[in-house]
Amino acid sequence: MKSAPLIAVVGNPNAGKSALFNSLTGARQKVGNYPGVTVERKGGKMLLPDGAPAELVDLPGAYSLDPTSPDEAVTRDVLLGKQVGERLPDALLIVVDASNLDNHLHFALQLIALGLPTIVALNMIDLARRDGLELDPARLAVDLGVPVIETVAVRKRGVDEIRAALATLVTAPRVLRPGPGPSHDGFTLQRRAREIALRAIIREAPARRFNHSLDSILLQPLIGPVILAVILFVMFQAVFTGSAIPADAIAAAVTAFGQWLAPLLPAGLIRSLLVDGIISGVGAVLVFLPQILILFLFILLLESTGYMVRAAFLMDRLMSRAGLSGRAFIPLLSSFACAVPGIMATRTIEDPKDRLTTILVAPLMTCSARLPVYALIIAAFIPRRDVLPGIGLQGLVLFGLYVVGVVGALLAALVLRRTVVKGGGGGFMMELPKYQWPRLADIAIGLWQRCVIFLKRAGTIILTTTVILWALSSYPLARANEKQSEVSIAGHIASGIEVVVAPIGFNHDISLALLPAMAAREVAVAAIATVYAIDKPDDARNAQTLAQQMRSRWSLATALAFLAWFVFAPQCISTIAVTRRETNGWKWPLFMVSYLFVLAYLAAGLTYWLAVAAGLG
Amino acid sequence: MTKPLASLDDLKIGTRAQIASIDWAALDEGDACRLRHFGFEEGVKVEPLHLGPFGKDPLAVRVGRMTVAIRRAHARAVRVVPIAA
Repeated sequence: MKSAPLIAVVGNPNAGKSALFNSLTGARQKVGNYPGVTVERKGGKMLLPDGAPAELVDLPGAYSLDPTSPDEAVTRDVLLGKQVGERLPDALLIVVDASNLDNHLHFALQLIALGLPTIVALNMIDLARRDGLELDPARLAVDLGVPVIETVAVRKRGVDEIRAALATLVTAPRVLRPGPGPSHDGFTLQRRAREIALRAIIREAPARRFNHSLDSILLQPLIGPVILAVILFVMFQAVFTGSAIPADAIAAAVTAFGQWLAPLLPAGLIRSLLVDGIISGVGAVLVFLPQILILFLFILLLESTGYMVRAAFLMDRLMSRAGLSGRAFIPLLSSFACAVPGIMATRTIEDPKDRLTTILVAPLMTCSARLPVYALIIAAFIPRRDVLPGIGLQGLVLFGLYVVGVVGALLAALVLRRTVVKGGGGGFMMELPKYQWPRLADIAIGLWQRCVIFLKRAGTIILTTTVILWALSSYPLARANEKQSEVSIAGHIASGIEVVVAPIGFNHDISLALLPAMAAREVAVAAIATVYAIDKPDDARNAQTLAQQMRSRWSLATALAFLAWFVFAPQCISTIAVTRRETNGWKWPLFMVSYLFVLAYLAAGLTYWLAVAAGLG
Repeated sequence: MTKPLASLDDLKIGTRAQIASIDWAALDEGDACRLRHFGFEEGVKVEPLHLGPFGKDPLAVRVGRMTVAIRRAHARAVRVVPIAA
């Protein structure tokens, strides 16, 4: 039996490749990695009209077969059959933007010259018409020598035709087309692309009125930055306020589940493990799923509308002052969700020094794993009131923490660029894609993938560390008038850490939470919840919320110092691991961890000492 | 005898022009490659559309049917002849 044919979806960035890929595969997708490089491999299954399966792979967008980034190198290597972990595709589905033919045909011509069975999707034909462009696909097909199909991937138009054409392509006996012809240098190819595009255009009106007028507002030197600031502010307010109801519902469900389960189990080991360890620990983290999804929703929307590149454009000059380029804006903004995809997204930065600097400061962006920690402390210690109508104090403090992270990152970049990562300094060149309405299904697929990743984390890393912590905090058992959190093994370890962190105001509970939080930051919350659950006598459980318990044990100065610590602390093993992979060695991740710990210690210390001096101790 | 040509970064916003020459030697290899990929080439029509808000850098330039962002320093390497409206 032979395996399903492999079809590579390939094309320029912004050709609508991913939307077409989503339309063809639906939710049957698998995101993985190419071995050895950290380029994401997006694969999926589709059914051909005759019911036979085919495997699709969505290759990273590229402008040509001469790569200028690691992403583009993967695309070339797969197409030449040289990529480890991928067989040579059986067929190509080239996606070109109908309103940008002269540019996209350049790459398409290179691809067609590879000699693989090929069809071309003339995508976003509707936007081309909106731009006043009328095309002749038949003429294009003759000139290119391969079938051309008009599509509007975001509306699923032409998708059935693509499916049918792919079926013919992979089932037909392989006709060898003339292989790579006389090799063309870039200019000759570009010229041919332009000629072919010109012939395919029946009528043409001035291009891109719509985008231009929108850009005149969004890129306007005064209004543009203000709009960007407002968008970011709204995003952070939404993360906090929009998540309140679903988060409360999850919290209530977790508590109810614990209360329902507790009497059904005999008092003792198992009940303690399940109720105190797993349910209170994992439950404390699950509560933050709504916030994380709202954050990702915004990032996905900004990306799919085409606004994200505009934001990079607006920020480029400021970022260049810090020794970064506007291109770093996208990885850094993604790092608000999670530094791991953020650091992986730095591959699109061509200049190696720009890239290294971006990687080193990415963990300073407030990732979603910090949200549970921030949210818990803010809810416990910052009063819930409005500073101005509609602007809550809690949201404002959260926004402030994000700002501190950003400013910290820019300052760190500035210093790094003058010391350890000297020299270089690349440019900023990006295509400003057309504005588009985001497609619901694409956003939903993206959110679903994030949701699964988060739940997997909750089910694996967080569950494991919670259980280990529960065991370490439960033994040996405390005698009467002793505190469980102090006599247990974990208590003794924490006492050791406390010696180091006591000067910056951290108490015993925090010391206990710091170590498991290395696995994942949000575990700090789970750890505190577990410890308090174990510490409390049964009858008082549920009488107090976690926040109330913290208020009774922590001073405001300690709480603020804890927040400051988390702005800087490199508390995440996945980030360290991905940095090692991306920088090919231990040197930079070790450097990153050390400088961030020093910063965290100083920031927490300063916050604590100032707060105590201000009488908040 | 030839009068000095304007460079792309001298053009006022909304001025259409045709690329006369590109000083490839002034660009590093990667940047030159990117510019070529975007379709910068002699004879192609360009038009600066927007300027970055801080220090009028970078520039958003229409090249062919595409809009791209490039830094002022790169735009300086592109010599242009304005097209009479």
